[in-house]
Order: sequence, then C-alpha cells, then structure tokens
Amino acid sequence: MSTPNPSPGHHPSSSPFGTTSSMAAARETTEGAVYTVTGGDWDEVVETAARADDERLIVNMGPQHPSTHGVLRLILEMDGETVTEARCGIGYLHTGIEKNLEYRTWTQGTTFVTRMDYLTPFFNETAYCLAVEKLLGIEDQVPDRASIIRVLLMELNRLSSHLVCIATGGMELGATTIMIYGFRDRELILDIYELITGLRMNHAYIRPGGLAQDLPPGAVDQIREFVKKMKKNLPEYDKLATGNPIFKARMQDVGYLDLAGCMALGATGPILRSAGLPHDLRKAQPYCGYETYDFDVPTADSCDSYGRFLIRLEEMRQSLRIIEQCLDRLQPGPVMVADKKIAWPAQLALGPDGLGNSLDHIKKIMGTSMEALIHHFKLVTEGFRVPPGQAYAAVESPKGELGVHVVSDGGTRPFRVHFRDPSFTNLQTMAAMCEGGQVADVIVAVASIDPVMGGVDR
Amino acid sequence: MGLEEKLPSGFLLTTVEQAAGWVRKASVFPATFGLACCAIEMMTTGAGRYDLARFGMEVFRGSPRQADLMIVAGRVSQKMAPVLRQVYDQMPNPKWVISMGVCASSGGMFNNYAIVQGVDHIVPVDIYLPGCPPRPEMLMDAILKLHHKIQNSKLGVNAEEAAREAEEAALKALPTIEMKGLLR
Amino acid sequence: MSDANGTNGVNPEKDLGASNLPGQRGEGGEEIRVQRGMFGANNGGDTSGYGGLVRSVRLPGPATRPYGGWFDEVADELEGALEEQGLVPENVIDRTVVDRGEMTFHIEREYLVAVAQTLRDDPALRFELCTGVSGVHYPGDKGRELHAVYHLRSITHNRLIRLEVSAPDADPHIPSLVSVYPTNDWHERETYDFFGIVFDGHPALTRIMMPDDWQGFPQRKDYPLGGIPVEYKGAQIPAPDQRRSYS
Repeated sequence: MSTPNPSPGHHPSSSPFGTTSSMAAARETTEGAVYTVTGGDWDEVVETAARADDERLIVNMGPQHPSTHGVLRLILEMDGETVTEARCGIGYLHTGIEKNLEYRTWTQGTTFVTRMDYLTPFFNETAYCLAVEKLLGIEDQVPDRASIIRVLLMELNRLSSHLVCIATGGMELGATTIMIYGFRDRELILDIYELITGLRMNHAYIRPGGLAQDLPPGAVDQIREFVKKMKKNLPEYDKLATGNPIFKARMQDVGYLDLAGCMALGATGPILRSAGLPHDLRKAQPYCGYETYDFDVPTADSCDSYGRFLIRLEEMRQSLRIIEQCLDRLQPGPVMVADKKIAWPAQLALGPDGLGNSLDHIKKIMGTSMEALIHHFKLVTEGFRVPPGQAYAAVESPKGELGVHVVSDGGTRPFRVHFRDPSFTNLQTMAAMCEGGQVADVIVAVASIDPVMGGVDR
Repeated sequence: MGLEEKLPSGFLLTTVEQAAGWVRKASVFPATFGLACCAIEMMTTGAGRYDLARFGMEVFRGSPRQADLMIVAGRVSQKMAPVLRQVYDQMPNPKWVISMGVCASSGGMFNNYAIVQGVDHIVPVDIYLPGCPPRPEMLMDAILKLHHKIQNSKLGVNAEEAAREAEEAALKALPTIEMKGLLR
Repeated sequence: MSDANGTNGVNPEKDLGASNLPGQRGEGGEEIRVQRGMFGANNGGDTSGYGGLVRSVRLPGPATRPYGGWFDEVADELEGALEEQGLVPENVIDRTVVDRGEMTFHIEREYLVAVAQTLRDDPALRFELCTGVSGVHYPGDKGRELHAVYHLRSITHNRLIRLEVSAPDADPHIPSLVSVYPTNDWHERETYDFFGIVFDGHPALTRIMMPDDWQGFPQRKDYPLGGIPVEYKGAQIPAPDQRRSYS
C-alpha cells in the first residue's frame, strides 16, 4: 500500500510499528497501517534504462501474429536484430477443458479432449481412453481390432500433424509452395477421417473401452489407395525442401538445443530425437500393441531445426509402414469391450439426418426389451462408475510425450483430468533456442518446436 | 460476349450504393484471426482444394490495418478478448466480422469460466457460422452470404436509416425463450 | 450402473468382492468423499429407496512389501539413498501405494526437493525426466486438501513412478522442484494459477494461463464452473454444474 501524498513531517522512526526501512515507511490511519514506498530504487531503474543502448528494443510479437503458430505471444528483448532475451506469453487460448471434464461423464470426456490439441485429436482421445481403461482395469479386454484401428488412426494422425507442421513452418519461412503441398496431402487424410468418423476434425471416435463404431465399408480400400498416393507425394517434399540451399540456410544451426538442454527442459518428441536420443514411447513403453509393429525411430545429431524437419519427414515414412501393417492385420471382430456395463449400448448407423443410433437398436429397446431400454438410458445419461484411484497413461504424440493423469472418486464423472501436453512443455525451450540469435530465426525455431496453442493452453 | 456487348449505347444505369457495394464485395481482405481448430479449417479454405482465390479472397492480411474482414476462427478466451477488440478497432471502416464456429458464436460446448460466451459480446458480428469446426464449404458459403450483404448495403442517410430500422426491429423481436416451435 | 447392489449383468461368482467395485478397494486409503444414496444424486430426490445409504469413498491404501517387479528395487534404492543422506525413510515417505501397476510415493513436503534430487541423481534410480505437476484438490481430504502429483520417467531404466505431495488449504505451500527439474517452471506456474499452490523457491511464480488480474483459482473444487444458462425456444438449460447430476 502507498499513499501518493505522505503527511508532511512524517518520519520513518516515528512509525508506531517501528519500521526503520527508509524505503517503506509506515503510518497509522483509520484503515490500518499505510506504507509509503520511497527511496532510490526507482531512480536507479530509470537511470539504467536511460543509459542503455539506443538499439535496445522490447518487441511484442503476437498474440495475434501470422507467424507465431496461433495465439502465442513472444516477448523479445532485442539489441538491433539480435534477440537478447525471449519469453513466451501463453494462455490466450485457455479453454478450461480440464474443468469442464469434471462435469461430464467419462465417455463424454472424449468429446472435450479431442479439442485440446486440435491437430492430434486421435492421440488425445487414445491417451485419455488408455488412462480411463487403466482405472477401470480393462486394458486387456479391449479387442484387438479396436487397438489396431487406434494405431491406424494415430499413425494417419501423425502424418496429418507433421504435414501441417511442415506446411505452416514453410509458410512462416515464406515458402508458400510447401504450405499448398502440405494442405493438399492433409486433405487426403481428412477424407479418410471423414469416412471413418464422420468428421474432418474433433472426432470423439475413440471411446473408453474401444471405438464408437467399426470401420465403414470401403475404408480399408481408401486407406490403401492413400498409402499408394502418399508414397508418391512424400518424395516431393524431399525434392522441394531437403537439400534446398535457401531452406538449409534458414534452418541449419537455428533453434539449437542439445541433449542436456532437452532433458533439463523436459523436451520430448522430434526435439529430443534431433539431439540424438532415440527415445520414443512407442518403443520404450508400448501401448495398443506397438511392440508388435515393425518401424524405426529416426534421430538426428544436429540438434537444430533442419534436423527436426528431416525427422518429421522420416517419421511420416515410418507411419506409412505402420499403416500398411495395420491394414494387413485387420480381422473382423468386435471394436468395444464385451462388458455391457461399459460398452456403449448402441452401434451407430447412418440415417437420412446423419449419424445416430441404429434403427435396429431403437426397435429392439423400444419394442421388445424394457431392460435393454433402462440399461441404455442409465448408461447414456448417468454413465458408468470408475473405481476410485488415479492413473497415468502416456502416448507418443507427433509432438512428444502426451501424458494424461486422471483421478476418479468412484463416480460417474472424472474427479480430475490433467493433460501433460508436449506442446506446453516443449514451448519452454523457446527461450533457450532463440536467445542470442537473430529475430528472423525466432520464427524458424518456434516453427520447429511445432507448438499448437490448443494443446499448450487447453 | 458478356453484358457489356448487349448494352444499348455502352452504358448502364445503377445506384451509387450498388456500384460501391459491387466494388467493395469484390475485394474483401480478411485479417488472419486464427484462434483454434477453426483456424486450421480457415487455412484449408485458403489452400489448394477449396481455393478461396476463386472469390478474390485468398490474400489474408497479417496487419489489421490492411484488412476489412475479421474471421474470428475459434474460441475466444477472457484473456484474448481485449486483444480481439483492439485488433477490431485497428481495422479501417467499413469492416465486417464473421464469427466462425460455435465457440466464437456462442461459447459452444465450453460453457465455463475461461471462454467468452459469444464474440458478439465484444464486436458486432455480421455472419454467424455454425459448426465445430465448420467445413471449408460452409466458410465459403458464409463469405458469399457476406458478399451479398456487402453488395446490398446502404450508404449515407440510407445507412443510418437502415441501422435505425434494424435496431427497432431488434428491440421488438421476440426473445428466444418466448418463441415457440421447433428448435431451429 | 456397476453398483455393488446391481444385479443385472453382474456375475456373483466373479464380481462379488471384486476390487473394481466402488468403495471396495481397501480401507487404508484417504477418504475423499462420502456418498449418500444409491445414485449420488446431488440435487433432486433419490427415489430409489436407498436414499439413506452412506458410503465413504477411499483412495487405494498403502501397499505392503513385496511390491512386486522393479517396484521393490526402486523403493530399496530410494530408502538406502535417503539413509545415506542421514534421513529416516519413514519420516520422508509418508506411504507407498502400488495400484493398477503404478507406484506412488507420498512424500512429506519438506523433503520433496531432497527426494527428487536423489531420484534424479542416483545412478540406480536416474529419473531424469519429469513430466510436470498435476494439481488435485480434494476438499474431502481434511488437512491435506491440495495434492501436487509429479510423474517421473527414467529413460535409462525405462520406468515411471509418481510422487505425491499434499498441503492443507490453509497453508498451500510446497517446495518448488525447478532447481532439480527446470522443466517444472511452467508446470508449477500452471498449478499455482489453477489451484493456488504456492511453490516456494520458484523463480517467478505468476499466473500463466489466466489474465494477471484474475480472482481465484479456477480449477479448485470450490470454484464454480462459471457457465451461463443456455436459452432455446421456450426452454432454458442451466450451466453444466447447475444441472441435476449423479456422481
């Protein structure tokens, strides 16, 4: 507290509280002690600022800037063109999803988590569902077909996420051609999503216990077609960007972060692998049966943006490999756990007004079985109960370790869900990558981190 | 070939409003105001397959001072709200706003402490575009509807009168809760 | 649906006393909630006839040795390393919970930094990656309302453990781990922002997600969701936290 006009003749030593500091004198008023902050501190600050170099600038980039990957605010202190200090301002997309989850049933939760990191919806859903399944103790009961389709969708999602990363990264460098290419190929993947889930984004397709519904007819053929096409399209990125002198000049040795820095700052995903450590949760702590797939974990030892770009390209090729293996393995079977206390009662079907409960199921519950109707009603409105406790499940999202910490109090709704989003943690490395570099390199470094603000802020 | 060949003596009569509207609608410059999921669909609309360039709108301006259309693409948080308003204020008149997606239009499923329940609390909105996120085709449809609106907008005294009429109509309008009938 | 009393679909031989029924998992854990009635209807009556039912909900209780697998190895190493530093493991580790294939050490808050430092630096433990802090607010866990949960990953040994620290609402202080795991910088700011846990020793503990002048800590249980009623034609639906619900 301070008063702009301290009483004349007031002296620190006369303070009833015996405040002896000359910086903050106290005086008794009707509303309690009032401290008057004075002293030389501010004069010093002002003097230093006045003495400082003329070239010293504080630049606020964002939160609304075309090159910051969404609503990210970068606060850069610059000496000429050199960034001396860099800080992030985040929270401009904070959506309160974690709190909202506490007021919905466990199944409805997937609808929310899919909107967190909106470029990796299937990873969010899978991580969340794996955690809920761990709490329920039904990890082993999830049918194989459901796990294979989860892997299939996650790898497709890895492709689409990396494509957007490369596309927008290129655009931020000024290479708009790459952006057009990236979005062209992403559209092919979105068509597959749309066929399978009915939506281009924000699917809520993966549910605790399995999937919302089975693959539609024709999906496998379309994915095979896509893999064929993508194998032809992927080398175009190589031709366009890999080894391109301008591209290399902008990206090589920019955004440098070595292994020690990555470990200390908790960076995972392509950033960690660009420092040479082949850490990938799909290999280290396999989930959804990843241990049975044949794929490589690419690394680089350059620790820079260019290395991360190459890793993303290579990961896309590996994803195509995994997708092919998934397609070969698909066997007919259930896609939801057999436990009717957890499994969604209806299989969905396409009607004239869109996707909804299948008419056969409605006919059954409305016409023949009262118990089935009660069961359906209870499970849909009230949801299933999850025994109390906590669980942590992590998946390797395109950006790194996506961890989900869920707590249940034995109720039908989550007690607490926390997402450890890789974008959030990786964005902390921005300062370490950018300080001491040029301001134009900040854009490259941030693009190589590939933060998605929906995931950062949640 | 076109209309100009059939004109009796090489000229055509129209109103100043129609001429101005025609010119304005043909060169709308959107500001990039990507926030969340919808921003990705907005970028998709500008990219190859949907090709917003067909409507002369593919150039998204980085600076609000060069833009006259703000597409609010995504959820607006309480922290972002003042920023959004400032960007809007920096845009030159005449300007239009498309509220893309349910989150921007009404808060959508994020009915909570963090999200502004509809961007119309902060800026006037011309077109509400539903969907989560809306498909690129829907965004293009919204843009075409906005073009139509711009084409038929009034000028000067007529604009003032139109605004007054719109306000009176809005004041007389039945509140949603008193409406009857189907939910649409 | 999966109530112990439910009969439809429950296999008595298989499910009776099954550990996945609510309120059945041991009596040793912390009591976090008391459930009344059959369905946990919060507002509105319970018409089931079981309205008088009272059950306490407890988290999984402490485990006894052997914990199984590598859990014993980690526990032995940690206890040994703590003894080497002159600390008494029983004072440091409040309890060890093994549940659902995950190991949790409940640490007394004043020893948190020492434990984390040991876990990171001891070659036999080597938990080099911290995946951040998750705050949990248990208003029903009296005297230990605020929990900070850390997940530590060892890339060297390919293990994952959980540390849990608690603080009362009245004194929400927990030592900061930024000196040990710099990655916790933003995570601790986030947890402070949402739960009001003050991490002592953090270099700049300020709000990170919410605006700087925000009042309150939005993800605590006593903070309302903050939604508004939604109007439709001729109808109004209250905000999600105001609706009738079951828990």
